[in-house]
Amino acid sequence: MASKTTVLTLPEDELVHPGNRACAGCGLSIAYRIALKALGRDTILVVPPSCLTVLQGLYPIAATQLPCLNVTFASTAAGATGVLGALRALGNTSTTVAAWAGDGGTSDIGIQALSGACERGEDFIFFCYDNEAYMNTGVQRSGTTPQGAITTTTPFSGKRQQKKDVPSIIAAHGIGYVATASASYPLDLFDKIKKAKTMSGPRYFHIHIPCPAGWGFEPRYAVKLGRMAVESGLFDLYEIENGKWRLTGASRKLIGGKRRPVKDYLETQSRFKGLSEKRIDKIQKEIDAKWDGYEQAMGAQKDIAGPDAE
Amino acid sequence: MHIIESGNVAAAHGVKLARAQVIAAYPITPQTPLTEKLSEFVEAGEMKAQYIPVESEHSALSVCIAASSTGARAFTATSANGLLYMVEQLHWAAGARLPIVMCVVNRGIGAPWTVWNDHQDAMSQRDAGWIQIYCADHQQIIDTVIQAYYLAETVSIPVMVCYDGYILSHTYMPFELTDPEKIDAFLPPYKPAYALDPANPANLNTVTLPDIRPDIRGQMAPGYMEIRHDLHVDLRRAIDVTADIDKKFSVAFGRGGNPFLEPYRCDDAEFVAVCLGSLSYHLRDVVDALRKEGIAVGVAGVRLYRPFPDQAVINLLVGRKAAIVFEKALSYGNQGALYGDIKAALYPCADRPLVHNYILGLGGREIQTAHLLDSLRTSCRTPDAIGDKPVWLGLKM
Amino acid sequence: MKEKPFGYRKSHSEPGPGDGGRTGSWRVKRPVIDLEKCIPAKRNKPACFTCWVFCPDNVISRTIPPVIDYQYCKGCEICAEECPADAITMVDETIFIKE
Repeated sequence: MASKTTVLTLPEDELVHPGNRACAGCGLSIAYRIALKALGRDTILVVPPSCLTVLQGLYPIAATQLPCLNVTFASTAAGATGVLGALRALGNTSTTVAAWAGDGGTSDIGIQALSGACERGEDFIFFCYDNEAYMNTGVQRSGTTPQGAITTTTPFSGKRQQKKDVPSIIAAHGIGYVATASASYPLDLFDKIKKAKTMSGPRYFHIHIPCPAGWGFEPRYAVKLGRMAVESGLFDLYEIENGKWRLTGASRKLIGGKRRPVKDYLETQSRFKGLSEKRIDKIQKEIDAKWDGYEQAMGAQKDIAGPDAE
Repeated sequence: MHIIESGNVAAAHGVKLARAQVIAAYPITPQTPLTEKLSEFVEAGEMKAQYIPVESEHSALSVCIAASSTGARAFTATSANGLLYMVEQLHWAAGARLPIVMCVVNRGIGAPWTVWNDHQDAMSQRDAGWIQIYCADHQQIIDTVIQAYYLAETVSIPVMVCYDGYILSHTYMPFELTDPEKIDAFLPPYKPAYALDPANPANLNTVTLPDIRPDIRGQMAPGYMEIRHDLHVDLRRAIDVTADIDKKFSVAFGRGGNPFLEPYRCDDAEFVAVCLGSLSYHLRDVVDALRKEGIAVGVAGVRLYRPFPDQAVINLLVGRKAAIVFEKALSYGNQGALYGDIKAALYPCADRPLVHNYILGLGGREIQTAHLLDSLRTSCRTPDAIGDKPVWLGLKM
Repeated sequence: MKEKPFGYRKSHSEPGPGDGGRTGSWRVKRPVIDLEKCIPAKRNKPACFTCWVFCPDNVISRTIPPVIDYQYCKGCEICAEECPADAITMVDETIFIKE
């Protein structure tokens, strides 16, 4: 395995211009900036409507220094397929094609095109940045909004249903690489993208993105909250490489260790203010059951924590 | 070389001769044999192209939009509900000024389900900003596909090549298969002014504000309204370009000569029937029969429907007693769309003819020659008795 | 007059800073680095740079000492919150207006 990137070895080259329209403290801005460093300049982006459309700039100024094709909401993965088709037709096999969609653009309206592209084995990297609601249109619930979260379309008691497990859905296509990541762990994200770049075929990233405006917290806590989601075992960092699932980084360290109570995470955000103690208990129990499952699986399959466990 | 094949295969040969580089399609009747043939060409190595079997029509046009934006010549084909599933992409392709060519194998749209021919699918998309050309036979299909790329790439506007489902798509007719070298000499390779390029990055189709604003050099860049005005102006300019390309094609291959309307026995006609697609050739028999009865009637098939060739319509119809518009589609709650367009074109002309409208053949309802004969005869014998309302032909209940 | 080329105007954006204007004006408080506490400044060698990694807007440099571009810094305070040495404090912008 390649050596781990550190703050000092992270590339200096910046591919996003400052002065863009993203909110102060935007988690997407952190993940996008770091991911573009990993993708490098020989990359073409494909982006549907989302907060990223706004971040990347309004005509005629672009905040991104990579070429980018803006496409309709449902068509991200098909757009990436078309870019790839043209590159192949023109004899270009080196340029990376990266699609970036929000959670709505991935898990709801974009899932058909994404499923089709994964099944066809298109040679692209798809990033879902998951801020857990339709933030760009004003915080409406999406398929990946977690249970209990108040949004503008679940206004009083919060979403009743579970968060849709998109990485598992994509992994079920049997693609070579699926990874989760978080804006709060930029080096983990960077190294996963570097690894994905050495592979071919469809590769999928699901990045947890704290959103101050949509979740209801002060911008300064954006990184802290993303970290709390991982430390509480609510959002897990893992990768599925050629079918083999393993926890990574901060999540792997939680095996056999102590998880932060999920209550700490929930009570810092106004979107969860409608949760009763009973519902918080239920969420805690679900997390505990999930982690019991991880640890049992570890017992059955010793290397689940990976060969390079620290 | 002449071959005898179906209209769909004629279209596929046109795409092959035009050397399309990226093909994306999704099955829908009656278009499917066209893309089946293309996949066969590609898999057999007869055609060098990327064939992408997408999971929907929406994605098919999305692939073409992205491929065209990246600098490749793109093709797709569809029918009916497939075309409607593409709708937002249709507008997108036109607004992004991408020279995609798409065959629309005309079929009625649901509900209720129908798989048979009418023109409601393409007609419902006449305002999407695409160029629409209708074909009346197999030779026109193959020739139009090739010319469509020339036209689309010259004016940076996508082109729909429309032909009747089953009546043309599934019937066999002889047509000339031109030598590839001659087509290569006629149709230059696709060289867009800008294609997505990491060495020269740009963000395409970004959110554009209501007002104009300066670019990175401080120069004013146009806003949404200027960009859309250009699309309209360039569509109008595409009328002359269509004529130029038709002229070049006629010189090179000896076919063509009627890029806007294809007239038959119109020179001395007091009455002219007007329609889209293969129906104009059906009406030729009817015109011949009525001529024997002593009625001075002709027929004209509209080939270029968008942009609408107003001047050609005026030149053909002003001074006649009546223009009789037969349509396999309509603007529900109003009248036939072609009928409305023709009336609008003629309105400023002092010596304008009466205009009649017959709606027929929806969802594949059989168009009987006897019906055409009776209605056209009535329109010619008693032109003042028809009135300004669509008359439905062939209703049985 | 020569006719315009076809389709020469499209929504085609070019890269450049400040699409959202001088976003420094969004700020209510300004991050100020105390060089006595800042790890790379204190050690005078490349280290830490947590503020550089987490800055969403790429307005802090990975230099000794780190420098903040106040023209575009939106004042999110993530740098102050994440600094392991508590070297960054948020100072009310009104103080600087008086200057």
